[in-house]
Amino acid sequence: MPLRRLPGFLLLLVLLPGCFSNNRHQGEKLYAQHCANCHGDKGQGIGRLIPPLAGSDYLVDHRAELACLLRNGQNEVIVVNGIGYHNIMPGNKGLSPAQLTNLLNYIESHWGNEAAPRTISEVQAQMDKCH
Amino acid sequence: MTLKRLLLLPALAGTLLAPACTAPPKEAAQLPILGERDIRPRADGGPADTLATPVPAFALRDQAGQPVSNATFAGRAYLADFFFATCPGICPKLQSEMLSVFKLYPTDARLGFLSITIDPAHDSTAVLRDYAQRLGVPDANRWHFATLGDRAATFTLANRFLTGVMPDTQSPGGLAHNGTLALIDDRGYIRGAYDGMNAQEVARLKAELPLLLAEIDARKKGVAGR
Repeated sequence: MPLRRLPGFLLLLVLLPGCFSNNRHQGEKLYAQHCANCHGDKGQGIGRLIPPLAGSDYLVDHRAELACLLRNGQNEVIVVNGIGYHNIMPGNKGLSPAQLTNLLNYIESHWGNEAAPRTISEVQAQMDKCH
Repeated sequence: MTLKRLLLLPALAGTLLAPACTAPPKEAAQLPILGERDIRPRADGGPADTLATPVPAFALRDQAGQPVSNATFAGRAYLADFFFATCPGICPKLQSEMLSVFKLYPTDARLGFLSITIDPAHDSTAVLRDYAQRLGVPDANRWHFATLGDRAATFTLANRFLTGVMPDTQSPGGLAHNGTLALIDDRGYIRGAYDGMNAQEVARLKAELPLLLAEIDARKKGVAGR
């Protein structure tokens, strides 16, 4: 390679990472930011105050409603693994369908949860039907 | 003779230097006294005295409907924080960290636990009792979830325990507050303030707690304490 092309090549090397998004592990980051305070680092919940996400039957039984639940929050009694919980869950109106998809895929594939991955269009379709 | 002198010199030097190598008798590490300072002017006009002050007197009612005051913790250390039952923000994390400390000392009478609600209008005795049970604390004598009754007075009290609280419509639950875990000693002085939202701070609390308990034990035995 002629030497005069070297600066251009080096510039390319420096700029290349900018072409890739930093969305890897976005679900994990969103979880730490929005969910872990209450639901715990490992989805364990807190006593009978905050329901667990790890091994939660609710996630399986209400799969289609979870996108709306995350978006709008809730303040009803919620039964998870046979235990009733009643605490306010704040909504996350600022999260995009893509972010919600990554977040749900993270939750649904960790701590013993083994749901099929969701696509953004699937989550978008569910959100279009949110109340 | 010359040889003897030569041998004597290192020996002499050794004798002189040896005391420097042995550590001075160690005083047990002690936690600082935090919180408000009382400034007392001196009668003769000299520099004012700056004195540590204990937490103010409080009269609360806990989840069992029992009164809780400074006297409840007389001669004991206690860990205090401020929360409210419907708090969707930092409280669950804060309380779960306090719970992790509680689980280290579930039956140790030397250490009490106190959580004071900053939403007394909502958090009745029944609400506090339900909250305690849901958190997994069945014994009100070990961990008091208590209310002062008056909101403004609670905020003032929170400040004295190094927790900032203010109404804020932008915050989840309508109250902005920080998650300080305050460690109070047997005489009412704040000996540690730890951010309950920070795992390293909670680890520091767990490491420092035994120092305070040892200090109180020593005081009870009549050994000079601070």
